Formats: sequence, structure tokens, C-alpha cells
Amino acid sequence: MVPTNYYVILSAILFGLGVFAFIFKRNIITIFMSIELMLNAVNLAFVAFSQALGKLDGQVFVLFVIVVAAAEAAVGLGIIILIARNRQTLNVERVNLLKL
Amino acid sequence: MTAPLLVFFVLAGLAVIGAVSLILQKHPIHSALSLIVVMVALAGLYLLLGAEFVAAVQIIVYGGAIMVLFVFVIMLLNAGVEEHTSISKMAGAPGLLLVVALAGLVAATIVRSTDSIQGTMQTGVMSSTSGVSNMIFREFVYPFELTSFLILVAVLGATVLAQREKS
Amino acid sequence: MNSFLNTNAELLITVVKIALLLFIVLTVNAYLTWFERKVVAHIQSRWGPHRVGPHGLLQPLADGVKFLFKEDPTPAGVDKFVYYLAPLLALALALTAIALIPFGPDPIRLLGHDVYLGIAPPDVNIGILGLFAITALGVYGVALAGWSSNNKYSLLGGLRSTAQMISYELAMTMSVVGVLLMAGSFNLKKIIEAQAHHPEWGIFGWNIWPQILGFFCFFVAAIAETNRAPFDLPEAESELVAGFHTEYASFKFAMFFIAEYTSMITVSCLCSILFFGGWLSPFPASWTFTHYVPPAILILFGLWVIWDGLHYETIFGRMILPVIGFVFAGLGATFILLPRVNGFIQAPFWLLSKILFFLFVYVWMRGTLPRFRYDQLMAYGWKLLLPLSIVNVIITSFVILAKMQWWGAK
Repeated sequence: MVPTNYYVILSAILFGLGVFAFIFKRNIITIFMSIELMLNAVNLAFVAFSQALGKLDGQVFVLFVIVVAAAEAAVGLGIIILIARNRQTLNVERVNLLKL
Repeated sequence: MTAPLLVFFVLAGLAVIGAVSLILQKHPIHSALSLIVVMVALAGLYLLLGAEFVAAVQIIVYGGAIMVLFVFVIMLLNAGVEEHTSISKMAGAPGLLLVVALAGLVAATIVRSTDSIQGTMQTGVMSSTSGVSNMIFREFVYPFELTSFLILVAVLGATVLAQREKS
Repeated sequence: MNSFLNTNAELLITVVKIALLLFIVLTVNAYLTWFERKVVAHIQSRWGPHRVGPHGLLQPLADGVKFLFKEDPTPAGVDKFVYYLAPLLALALALTAIALIPFGPDPIRLLGHDVYLGIAPPDVNIGILGLFAITALGVYGVALAGWSSNNKYSLLGGLRSTAQMISYELAMTMSVVGVLLMAGSFNLKKIIEAQAHHPEWGIFGWNIWPQILGFFCFFVAAIAETNRAPFDLPEAESELVAGFHTEYASFKFAMFFIAEYTSMITVSCLCSILFFGGWLSPFPASWTFTHYVPPAILILFGLWVIWDGLHYETIFGRMILPVIGFVFAGLGATFILLPRVNGFIQAPFWLLSKILFFLFVYVWMRGTLPRFRYDQLMAYGWKLLLPLSIVNVIITSFVILAKMQWWGAK
């Protein structure tokens, strides 16, 4: 039997890696993928606690998180396509027209 | 080393390797492939936790639809290898230390406060699928209808955003 | 040594089953290509392969040798990792799907362990959902192949094929929901048992009668999902050179080929399990004399092959074909003489014959129907099949609710 703490530690590691990728990477699509990684880490924590407490609420919430992530990915990628068309670049540092 | 523990370490190792590869790869398509590896490893972990419906939904929706969307966009936009400026390279090392501190803080807090929860196996009175669907349609029916609205709004928004400009 | 075998017996049995099933699936793939070429040829009033062995039966062997010895060039400028990964991924996913299919209800009692026919144990509670998960991942093989080939035609073919596959995947999954509502479970064994609810109805108890709309949607969507004719625009020779597998030569192309035919086999298995009663006999259960129908069919087929072999033109055919026919007739005779074995092989025989029937329908459609244009294809998937499958779900749920409330049945 795998202790719940192991799952929580793995979830924290994946979340931390997602945050690092979000800050460090320059390509807008990779940044979006790191958001998905963070959401997945949280899902893992939900399911682990759902099994530990013997209730199914965690799994229901994971389904809702997956649905919201899908909607967000669709709209976000639409915006990315618009930015790529208008600015001809996928590098976040180049999209700085509003900078002082 | 019992069999579940061994499977856990294999799948956890795969997930962490996939996440590290997401950071280290230069081309977005390789990062996307690494993220797919992470998704499949997490689905395996859900199976290990007894959440079989969530595991199947994770592969079908996340791995088979959302990541296909990402791969599609990368292919359409012909995304190339990304460049790094000198500032971002310098920020890498302290960033890594801070993120390790963050992850460690989160993990330590949760582990300390949940010392009393033992990993119990759900004595499957209802299987995962029927239990989850019972909860969705009884206690969580309002959020369920709201998510259908959310998906409708997202579909409309994505369609409008990705249209070509009418000249 | 003995205790090692005892404690790991389940694992060893599974490994042997996997090796055996892989061998069987690859051989069936090879002879499926022969079957397709012969049937399409006869539809087009010609003979197909008939020189390489008796009736062209050694043609797949010749093709395999050709694939092994042909030059395998790697084009310049491809993304090497993704280029090599794509056919591997397609093949691995297609072969994994076969692991979830049960081929028979009863286990064989072997050395004190129950050996089930089929790799996954029969109590996998997400049987069909797992199959759809593996099919959903199969999109990547095509997408990555098209992208990594550094070729405009491949990219276009890959993008088109990806869009086609994810569109029809929706319709495919929705059209099965009617069957799942009627059976009450995702488990494939329970779906077949739900069709045996009235054993004296025989063929009329199968899911095809109440779910005819679902079957139409599922079969058409599955053909589009596996990129077969008439939905094979992404790999059509006259349109896009060869679509997403233009730049793949001998062995990697063979891997895509095997993946496509294996997913054909998986879809045929699913059709027969979900809609056509799986391993249930078409005769009512009370007619126990129909247990002799499978051995009778085997004996008749064997005798026909012997008769055909004795008149064959080449000496090799005159030697080999009677031997093959004798094997079939001998099998049939053994089943008649051993009633226990006969009772055991009823279920796999009916399932295999239904799978063969669906493979024939696949090949028949390839030989008969013209290709869809791409915009017609996408319109068909989104505007016709998806609404139809949703209507099917609504009608099925209303009928089940009516049965529960007014007629008291479950």
C-alpha cells in the first residue's frame, strides 16, 4: 500500500516544475503547457486524498478541473493563434507593445 | 519492495522525467510529447489509486483531445526552436532554487498536517464509475450544468477568435 | 525453480498469452492483406494474387520478405526522434487495443490456474472506455508522422487525417452510449451477457435490433477513424501522393500498414461484441443440436478445400491444399467426437466468424464505394453522425425509462 504522503510529495514536485517552466520558458505554447502540468499536479493530489478519505468527491472535482482545463486550452490557443498572426512571433519577450 | 510500491516509483519517475524534459527541450513539439508522457504516467497513478474512470477520462480528454489541440497548433504555426536572452539564462539558477523551496514548503506543510490519514483502500461498494456519476447527477448537478455553459462559451469564443479577418 | 514458477504463475501465463496473441494478430494481419487483395480483385472482375502459392496464399510471405530487404532511407531535414517515434507509436497503440478484448467467456483449467481467453481479466470494469482511450491516443501516430517528414504533402495529409480522426472519435464514442445504457456497465463481458438476457430469442436478442441507429453511426465513424475507404483521403494515392506516410519507406511503412489493419481487426471485434452478440450463437439456446453447426461448417470447408486442391493447376497446390483441407476437416471431426471440447469452442467460433464477417464488410466497402471529398467528410462527421448518435442516446434513454416506470422490467 502506497502511503498518501508519497502522492502529495510527487504532486508538489510536479507543481514546482510547472511553476519553473512557466517562469523560465519563452515560447507561449510551452508556457501554456506548463499551466496544464500544474493543473495535473493538483488533480493528482485530489485523487490521492479522495482515496485516503474513502469519499468520491475528489474524483468528481478532478472531472470538473479537466473540463475547465479543456475550455481554457481551447480559448487560450485561439488567442495564441491571433498573436502569432499579428506579431509573427511566439516569443513572449517580443510581445511588449504596452511596455513603457 | 511490494508490487504497488514498485509500480508507484516507476510511474512517478516517468512523470518527473517527463516534466523535467518539458523544461529542458528546445522545440515545443518535444515539450508537448513530454507532457503527453506525464499525462499517461498520471493516468497510471490514478489506476493505482483505484480511480479507473478518472484514469480513462484523463487519457481520452487530456491525452487524446487537449494535447492533440496543442500539437495541432504547434504544427500549424510552424513553431521553431526558441531563443533565450542573456537575462533569462541568468535568472535560471536562482529561479530553480526558489521553486525547489516552494515545492518543498508545500509538500512539508501538507505532509505534516496529514500524518494521521492512512491510505485506506475503498471497500468498493460502488465501482468508481457509478459512484462518480451518482455524485455528479445528484449533489453536483448545478456545477455540471454550469460547466456545460462554460464549454459552450469556450467553443463560441475559440471559433470567433480563430476566424480569418473579413476584408 | 518449481516455487518460482508457482508464485509467478499468473505473470508467466500472461507473458505466454501476450506472445501467442501477438503472433496470431500479426499472422492474421498478413493474411488480411491477402484477403483484401483477393476480394477487391474479384469485385473488379480480376483474379488478384494467384501465382505465388496456391491461390496466392504465399503472397504475404513474399511481401514480408520484400519489406525486410528494401532500402530504408531517412529523408534529410527530418526531426529524427519524432520521425522514428511515429510508426512505433502507431503500431504499439494498435496492438495494445487487442489486449482488452475478451475472446471467450470460460477459462481453460491449466495446471491449477484459470486461463482466460484474452489478455485482460474479464472483470476489467472500464473495458470499452479503455479501448476508446487507446484509440484516442492513436491520433498521435498520424499527426507526428505528417509533421516530422519535412514535406508539405505529408504535413497536409497529417493535419487532415488528425482533424478527421478526432471528429469521428466523438461520433464513435457517443454512438456506443446506447449500448452502454442497455447493458449498464462498461465491462465487455457484461455487455455480451446483457444480450443473452432472453436466451430463447437467439439472434433477435442481439443489440443490433434496438440499436440499429447506433450501429450505423458506430460502423461509419469507426471506418473513418481507422482511415479506411471511403474515408481514406489522407492517404489517397491520387490526391496527396501518399499523405502522411509519403516519406516512410519499407519497414516503417509496414509498421503503419500493420497498425491500420490491426485497428480494423479491433473495430470488427468491437462491432461484433457490442452489437452482434459477441460469442453468443445466433440460434436459441434451447436448440442444443445447433452445437454441431461449427464442426459441420469446419468439415464442409475442409472438404471443399480438398476438392479444390485435387483439381489445382500446379503440383505444389495439389500437394498443399488437400493437407490444409484435411486439417480443417480433422478439426471438425475432433470437435464432434469430443463433446466437452465442442462445448468450449462454441463461443470463440461464433466470435471469430462474426469478426471475419465484419472484416469482409470492410473490404467490400473499400472495393465498392468512391472516396469522400474532405469537406464532405468533415460535414458528414459533424453535421450527420454526431446529431444522429445524440438522438440515439435520447431515444434509448426514453425507452429504458418507459420500461422501468410502466412495464416494471429492468
